[in-house]
Parts: sequence; C-alpha cells; structure tokens
Amino acid sequence: MAIHKGRGFACINYPIGMNLGGDPSQALVHSTPDGKFKVALSAIDLGQGMKSVTRQIAAETLGVPLDDVYVDTADSDTGPHDMGSFASRGTHRMGNAVIRAASEARQAMLEAAADELEVNASDLETDGRGAIHVKGAPSRSITVADTAIAAQFKQGRTLSGRGIFLIPPSEADPMTGEMTPVSCYAHAALVIDLEVDDETGVVTVTAINSAYEVGRALNPKLVEQQLVGGAWMGVSHALYETTEPYYPAREHGAEDFNHYLMPGPGEIVPHHIAVLERPAEDAPYGGKGPGEMCANPVLPAIANAVYNAVGVRCHQLPITPEKVLRGLRENGGARPQGRR
Amino acid sequence: MVKTPVRFTLNGQETGLFIDEAANLLEALRRGAGDLTPKQGCAQGTCGTCTVLIDGEPRLSCITLAQSVEGTHVETTASLGRGEMLAPLQQAFIDGFAAQCGFCTPGMLMAATALLRRNPNPSRDEVIEAISGNLCRCTGYEPIVDAILEAARSGGAAGTRAGHG
Amino acid sequence: MTTIEFRKDLFADERDDNLNEIGKPKLRQDIVGHVTGRSPYYDDHLFEGLLHMRCVRSPHHHARIRAIDYTRAEAMPGVVRIVRPQDVPHNINTLLSLINFGRDDEALLQPDKVAYKGEPVAAVIATSERAARDAVAAITVDYEVLAHVLDLDAALAPDAPIVNETYPNNTFDYHERFDHQKLRFGDVDAAFAQADHIVEDSYQMSPIEQAPLETCGAIAAPETNDRYVCYTGTQALFFSLGTTAKLLDMASSRLHFIGGTVGGGFGGKVDSLHEPLAVLGAMLTGAPVKFCFDREEEMQVGAPRGAERWHIKDGVMNDGRIVARAFTGLFDAGAYTRLSSYAIVKATGHLPGPYTIPNIASNVYCVYTNRTPATAMRGFGITGVDFAIECHMDQVAERVGADPIELRLINAYRDGDMKAHRRSAKNTALIECCQVAAQKAQWALSPQMAALSSLQGGGEGWRAQIPATPTDAVGQIGERRRQTVPLEPGQHGAPAGQVPAGQAGETVHAAPPQREDMQVAPERIGHRTAATPGYPASPGPQRSTPVVPPAHAPAYASASPSPRGTPAAPATRTFASPTPQPPPPLQASPAPALQDLSLQRQPPPSSPSSSSPSSSPLRTTGYQPLPPYQPQPAHHRPAAGGPGTSASNAPAASTASTTPPSPAPSPPPSTASPPTAPSGDGPASDAYRPEQPFQRGVKRPGVSRFISGTRRR
Repeated sequence: MAIHKGRGFACINYPIGMNLGGDPSQALVHSTPDGKFKVALSAIDLGQGMKSVTRQIAAETLGVPLDDVYVDTADSDTGPHDMGSFASRGTHRMGNAVIRAASEARQAMLEAAADELEVNASDLETDGRGAIHVKGAPSRSITVADTAIAAQFKQGRTLSGRGIFLIPPSEADPMTGEMTPVSCYAHAALVIDLEVDDETGVVTVTAINSAYEVGRALNPKLVEQQLVGGAWMGVSHALYETTEPYYPAREHGAEDFNHYLMPGPGEIVPHHIAVLERPAEDAPYGGKGPGEMCANPVLPAIANAVYNAVGVRCHQLPITPEKVLRGLRENGGARPQGRR
Repeated sequence: MVKTPVRFTLNGQETGLFIDEAANLLEALRRGAGDLTPKQGCAQGTCGTCTVLIDGEPRLSCITLAQSVEGTHVETTASLGRGEMLAPLQQAFIDGFAAQCGFCTPGMLMAATALLRRNPNPSRDEVIEAISGNLCRCTGYEPIVDAILEAARSGGAAGTRAGHG
Repeated sequence: MTTIEFRKDLFADERDDNLNEIGKPKLRQDIVGHVTGRSPYYDDHLFEGLLHMRCVRSPHHHARIRAIDYTRAEAMPGVVRIVRPQDVPHNINTLLSLINFGRDDEALLQPDKVAYKGEPVAAVIATSERAARDAVAAITVDYEVLAHVLDLDAALAPDAPIVNETYPNNTFDYHERFDHQKLRFGDVDAAFAQADHIVEDSYQMSPIEQAPLETCGAIAAPETNDRYVCYTGTQALFFSLGTTAKLLDMASSRLHFIGGTVGGGFGGKVDSLHEPLAVLGAMLTGAPVKFCFDREEEMQVGAPRGAERWHIKDGVMNDGRIVARAFTGLFDAGAYTRLSSYAIVKATGHLPGPYTIPNIASNVYCVYTNRTPATAMRGFGITGVDFAIECHMDQVAERVGADPIELRLINAYRDGDMKAHRRSAKNTALIECCQVAAQKAQWALSPQMAALSSLQGGGEGWRAQIPATPTDAVGQIGERRRQTVPLEPGQHGAPAGQVPAGQAGETVHAAPPQREDMQVAPERIGHRTAATPGYPASPGPQRSTPVVPPAHAPAYASASPSPRGTPAAPATRTFASPTPQPPPPLQASPAPALQDLSLQRQPPPSSPSSSSPSSSPLRTTGYQPLPPYQPQPAHHRPAAGGPGTSASNAPAASTASTTPPSPAPSPPPSTASPPTAPSGDGPASDAYRPEQPFQRGVKRPGVSRFISGTRRR
C-alpha cells in the first residue's frame, strides 16, 4: 500500500457568448447635473462582478474617474433589455453595449464642453480625472461637473447615451452543422499534480500550474477571483460532486451539504497562475469572459493525472475513492505510468 | 397563532419579540427584528451562512430555536463596524477581494469574529478550522483565509471592532 | 499559496496597456454591501403579511395523475389558497420559446402526467412556511404509476416509454428533420481507412448541482396601478419576466422585476420556475407571496448540470497528427427540454475542441429520460465534451508514444485555420497557454515545440480549406422508433450528397451601432482590432486536397522518446525565424508547413536564450518572441485612399505609442448629420467595430476570402 504521485495535463478553448437565437444587450448612461454618471442595465451580478466590470468599462469609455460612475442593475422599469448572465456573454455583450452607450454620452459631453470652451469637440480630450481640455493645451479646460451644469441649465443638452450590442441569430445547418457559433475564444492549459492512495482510493490534488488567456484582464483582481474559484470548482467537480452518485440510478442522491460534498478550506490547492492577454477584436477592450472556462481543464487534467499515478482510467465523473479502488482491483493493483 | 415573547440583547440593544412557538432564530432576527444581515443558505444546519454569535460563540441561527436565546447576547454582522467606519476584518475582506456573490460573507465574518476574539493571533490552520463549518461556492476559500489572517495582523484583538475601538 | 503573474510580454504588440480604468485592480462596486450584510438579495425585501408557497411534488419517476384530493388541506389553519394547474392561464412553455427555438413542452403545474420525481402538480399558499408544508403533506394524489426510463440507451430503444409527449421519440427534433444535430466536415470514413491508428473511447459526466449558497426563489407582491412587483434571484431578468408574462397570459408592462444581486448562480437560476408561480400567487391572493426552493429541492428538484455521454473515435497517424475525429454525444436532458437543446448546438460548434483536424463529424442527441430536467451550469455544453476530448488526447498520446503536451501542440489550432463549423480561427492562444503552463510546471518541451506560435503556420494549405464533405440523411425524426439506426456519424451506406470543397455561407457579425457616435474612438479601445497572422490570403483550388494531408516528416513515434528542454538535444528542426527579428512584410513571409513545425527533428536555433531580448524564463526554453503586429494588406479594405490603405507605410490601427500627440484619427462625428454607415472608407475604418467582419463574404474555391461581400448594415 502506497501513495502514488501523478501528473496530468489538459488544455481547452472556450466560446464567449452564443449566437444561436440572437443575443442582444442594452445599456443606458446618463449624467446627474453635477457630472456623475449612472449606468442603467438589466445585467445580473451573480458574484462574478458584472456591476464592477461594467462600471470600469463605462468610466474608461466616458473618460471619467471610476468613482464618478455608478451601475444600477437590474430593475425592469429602468434597465433596458438584456438576455442575462450565462454563456460567458455578460462581459462581452453587455460590455460592448456599455461602450456604445458611454461613447454617445461622451460625445454629448465633449460637445457641451466645446460650446463652453468655444472650440470644436474633436479638439477636446478627457484627462480621466474629471476634466476636459483642449488637446495639447491642458490649461484650456473645463471640469466634467461644470460641463454637466452648463449642459443641464444653460445649453439644454442631455449628457446621455444609449447602446445596444446584438449578435444576430446564426442557425446551425442541418446537414453540415455550419454556423457562426460565437464571437471569440478564451484559452487555458494546466498541469495538475496529485497523489493517489492505493489503499483508500483517495485522490489529493497537491498543485495546479496554469495559464489562462482572457483577452484582457479588465480587472486583474476580478479575473484572479474567477480563476482561483473556478479551479476550486473544477477540483470539486472532478473528485466530489454529483446529485446522482450511481447515475443513471436515481438513488442515493444528496439532499444536504452533509452528502453533497465539496472541498473545504482545509483542501485549498496551491495554484500558480499565469494570465495571458490577447485582446479579441470584437470584445470590450479586448476582454473575454474568464468565469466559465476556468473550471473546465481541471476535470480532464485530474483524470489524466490519476491515470499517470496509478494506471486507472476513470472516465466517469466524479472520480470517487470507490471508482479508483474498483479500477485498481480490476488492474490487479497500481500501475504507475512514470514521472513527468 | 399564539405568539411567545422572547427577550435578548441584539448587537448591544435590548430587544423583545413576539415569535411563533417553533420559530428559529434566523427568522426571528430577519422578520421579527428586521436584521437582514444573517442569510439563509440551507435551513438544515449544514452551510454556516446563517452564523451569528450567541454569548460570543458562533451558532447556526437556522437550527436554533428563537426561544432559546432568552437572556443571551446575540451578535450579527450588523454589529461590525460603526456607521461608515468598518471593522478591520471587514476592511480586510474588501482589500483581499474575499467575497464574490457575498452571500456567505456575513456568516464567514461572524465565524472569524468569534475566532479573533478568542485568539487574536491565529495560525492559518486555526483560521481554517474556524471557518470549516462555513461553505463558500465562489472563492475557493483562500482569499477568505488570507483576509482573516490579514485582519488579525492589522487589528489584533480588536480585529472585529470598528476603528480599532 | 496561490501565485498569479500577468504575462504582459506575450501578445504585447496587440495591446495598449495604458488605459485609465481598464486593467486596474479596482475594488468591487458591491463589496461594501457584501461585508456589511446590506447587499439586497431577493429575500431581503420585507413585506407585511408575507405568504409562503410550496409545491406538491410527484414521488414517482413517471405516473399519470388520476385525481387530487385537496379537501383536508383546504381546511387546515393558515392555508390561504390552493393553486391548481387550471389556475395557470397558459400552462405550457419552453424556455427558449422566447427566441423561437423548440416547442412548448413543460407545464408550470403538471395537470396530467408527471415525468420526473419532484415534478410539481399543485401548490399551497399559506401564512407560514410550516403551514404550507403541513398542507402539502395533507394533499393526496392518486397516481397511476407508469413504466419509466432513466438510462440513455434504454430511452433510445424502439419500445422505450415515451417521456415527453411533445417529443414522442425521446429525442429533441432538430430542424424539423433529424433526431440530432449533425456536424460534417471532410470525410471521416475515408480518413479512418488511411489512419495508422484508431483510438476510441467513451466518457460520462454525471449530474452536478450548481449549489449556490442562496437557493432559487422569488417574492411577488401587488404593486400600485394594477401591476406586480417581483424580487428575484434570476440570472436572466427578462427571460424570467417574459416567461412569467407568457405563462400568466398578461402584458409584460404589468410586471416589475427587480434583481441583479444574486447569491451565486452558476447556471442554476436561468429556468424561471419561481417568478411565474410567485406572481400567480400574488394575483390569486392579493398579497405578497414568497416561493423558493429549500435546500433539498435545490439539490434534487432544481435542474442540475445534465449528464452527458461522449464517444470519440480518432484516426491518428504515427507522427501524432489526428486526421479524423468523430463524436457521438448524448445529452441527458431529463424530462423536459429547458436549455439542453441549445447546449447541443453550442457543443457542436465547439467541436473538435481547440485542434485543427481535417476530417470531423459528429452526431449529438438531446435525449429525454424520467429524471430532473437538466439545465445550464458553468461551462454548459462545453465542460462535458472538454472532459472527453482532453482525456482522449492523453489516450492518443499514449498510443503513438507522444508527450501529452506535445501531442496537443502538434494538433493545436492557430490563426487562420479553418474550423469545423466553417469559420476561420482568429485570436487563438492555445499554443502559448500550453507553453506557459508547461514552463510553470517545469514540464520540459522540445525546443521546436517551445518555439511554436499561434501566429505562425496557421491557415496554410489544407489548414485553411473547407474540404469536400459527404452528407447523409441518417437519423430522421422517428426513424429510431421503427428500426435500429446507428447513433454514430458516418455514411452507413446512405450518402445523401456532397457539399463541394470550399463552400461556406456568410459569417454572422454584430449589428452595427445605430449612430456613429455610439462608436468608441479607435485610439481609446486599447488594442489593435484586426491583428492578423501572416497566412496566404487565397486558399487556391482545392480539388486535389487529399483526405489525409501528407506528412513531410518521419513518424513521431520513431523520434520518441522525444528530446526535451535542452538546446543541445540531437533533434532537428526547420522552424523558420530562429532569431527574434521582425518577420519580413506579409506578402513575403515564409510559409512553414505544419509538418515542418511539428514533426521534423533538426538542430534548434543556436543560443536561443542569448538572442532573447528579455529574461523571460520561457524564452530560455527556445520560445520565440511573437512577431510584431502586421498591417493588413491593402485588399483587406476598399481602396478609398487615405491613411491605412497602404500596407507598406501605415499602421492599420493607432495606438498611444504610434499616434502623434494631437491629431484625431477619426473625424468628429456630427450629431446633426444622419447616421452614416460604417463603410470602412477613410480613416474611420480604423475604429473599433466589433460588428465588422474580420473576414467577410462568401468563400469559394480559389476566391480570396477578403474581396467579396459587402458590409452588413
């Protein structure tokens, strides 16, 4: 009886968004009289950070500080239509809608400022700190707040914008499956190190080394949250989770968290992450959604590492101790496949 | 339905409620006292989301009979910080990006509060032990463990009091 | 214990990293609410006199409802209202009817026949949750138990019980024609016949619970002016609103949905089961009604990630090239469609994974069984098949004696490669991810593998081409109920025709902005919008393309075990550009063949580390810096003159570093003028335009992919 070390690899790409039936998102942006901007959406923040990333996108596009933007979502009376938070579509679709709405609001803001400064709007730029100035002449400037006041009380202008981003439907061809399924792809590769106890069948993941390509890390800390939490969920799926442990039998299904198992804080796996950023041409500031794809490579990499460790190919998830032990018994014991 | 009176101290305030006979503490706090900071995750006592402190000890309010807290001191996340002033523990969760959906956060904060009061300088393993009854589906736990350790460093024994007070 | 590094050195020439807010580790907007417990989840809205709703659920997998006796429950204290199926105004729906996909197949409250354990047949509204539970327990349902089917193969047998009357063959109907979604690209049967190895296996996911800490639910209440407000934990606000309006047969303007702050979802909060019943309860009682899953329901009645079974058959050459891949996918949808039909199309578009394989076929089935309906979960439609593909890649590597990572690199897709769904790959980065992950894990790769790039070698020869593709009409709707029909793709002696090489339809692109000023200025979007690899623009005639592209190299296995990680290894290679100098202009760029890159063993570049411009550890293993951004050739855009139309002297996109200090690359849009079509003429063609094709128009053999077609308007 022994502990066997194993190493496994997997790499994946992940489709961002889904074009099957047409995929729209809308956004509205408007300013208060003192030049703060409200973004109205119907996007859903499940914890992935929709409110935060759309806020950063709006601030960047408007050219104003983050603190001067607030995202309000989701109230169907004030937020325009959005399909929802799924299919890794949120950042891509809603981000693009916010860019369009914020661009229109920015243009209105620059035109209002141009009137006050008596220049052409095209000669103006924002400093990202709350002021608008003539390109190459920072002293000829006006604050966003003064611009908004002038627009509201003097010029009769709204500093507002509307945006919709729509991927029209792309149906799959019945005979060949030809389609335009998605907009862009995120990528990931990772190496799993683990140990298999051939007496108990227990698999313990000891390290993850990973590379994730996310287009652009629009907020690196939010990306880190997704990648760390996603890898945790991948380990959980691979080794623990199912509602039907003897699928397709319906018996023995978990009804509480005493029976639906997940790794706890005592099973944190050291995870060494590299983030690559290859901006996608059609994505907001190049960013792809990292939230769904990050769990996917963990599952097969663990299965491959278990095989490397003890020679058991476990092709039915989750890889429970029972399945490992059955595989070991079938093989007549552990068959380590060699160190990598 | 006949209501039963129960009196206890909630976050330092004398509180009296009339409750259903079999009401659990979580419902009494949320719908009776209007303190919505404890959340219901499972109502089975298996996820820790509803954790509150009863006389300083972390307890699962979903499986605690409301009647049983008569005369005790009950604390919830609403007790952390003071107005706009956040406790070092809360600040550590903010700076450490230790929440995503935020639903488990109040329970985590209360489990950590009990730990830091008892043990102002916990080891990593002691932090893990303290929150091992609290589930999180988003973060993978590590940012939460790190944040609690950081709160201990920055706030010490006062890690759960606003402004080190 | 976690470490994270941002490899800004990679793809650096495609990014402008000097943005104000983007790319910065800003605090979350919602974080103070989270740490103070003030974030308003749906259940954090207090209502005076809140009523509680719970469902009567089937204890059987499959049963006909003969009668329901409500009398005891109706008399119980605290019971306010029993909700029966006939109280639901339009008691039939399918989620994707909102986008016209599929037929209505699921009742909100089942009036006739239950098809899974836990299916709701009625609901109780009471003054407390406890009273609602007691009343539910007091309702007796007289069931006639029917034969059920839980296994995928059994469900596809000709004599299987019919799970879902809307789809009486136990499979979703695709295109009103087939019982599955097909993918056909090239000729897998011919390629299998020529392959050195056939590697086949099956892979199975089991159902997984999303397990958000907050269970699914909603609170609805009468609002002023004859409307209803609904606080909800939905992941899709307007899906839930539209579904509610349809099931309750009411104008959507009478509904006011509020959500957006959700305690985790992971896909499990898309199904819109709670909002319609909560609003119906509020309508029937005139009072606020809460309807939510308890944890047990969440785990066993709430829709899980469905079980998927994938069978993969690969044709592999000795050198590690996969020349054909066939998939047979079975999605266990459970009793009703929900979103499984959609996931299958998504999965089909994903095949064959991130690899360039010249012959691909798949049949994927949405199969109904008497279990809890499946729905979305993180990675929906992809996680299961990625598990299968990546386990399979390791089996292929073992068969041909290849290193698992190198096998993937040999077959990895690159910019310009044609994908099986007949769209060209772009913006790829699989190779770089593999290289970086290997490097971090100190998993040594051979120098030629470490030198591969997603930007080079893609789209050459057969890699860019759409092969001639035999088609078949096997698997017509209902055919399987009458006779045994193979599940797997292939001719099975019944070819229906052939799609000629090179034939493809038009790529779907985003709709353009309504107005010019909804378009962000190009210099502010922070990246080059059309970075293209240096692959030939014209694929040329394709009639002579062989089913299995010839190898130009000795077999992979003969070179095994491969020398790795050391420049002194006796391997040979012919990889172009051994030094990090910028590649020559596009038109003159060398065209290294795939086979040269992946298979030949020739001397590595001399001193790759000493020629590296940086100390990046990757480069010490022979990694080549990515080539600088290449302007598009002039024929990428209409020859309208002005900047950006000459490939020789103008950048195709402006960046902070190349833009002169003051001039604006695009003219100021005039709000007084009518919206102008984004024609691409002049300087404005540099704008960030996600709606515009990277390549466009109908592609035919011998025709440049860039010259035909017009921009969408």
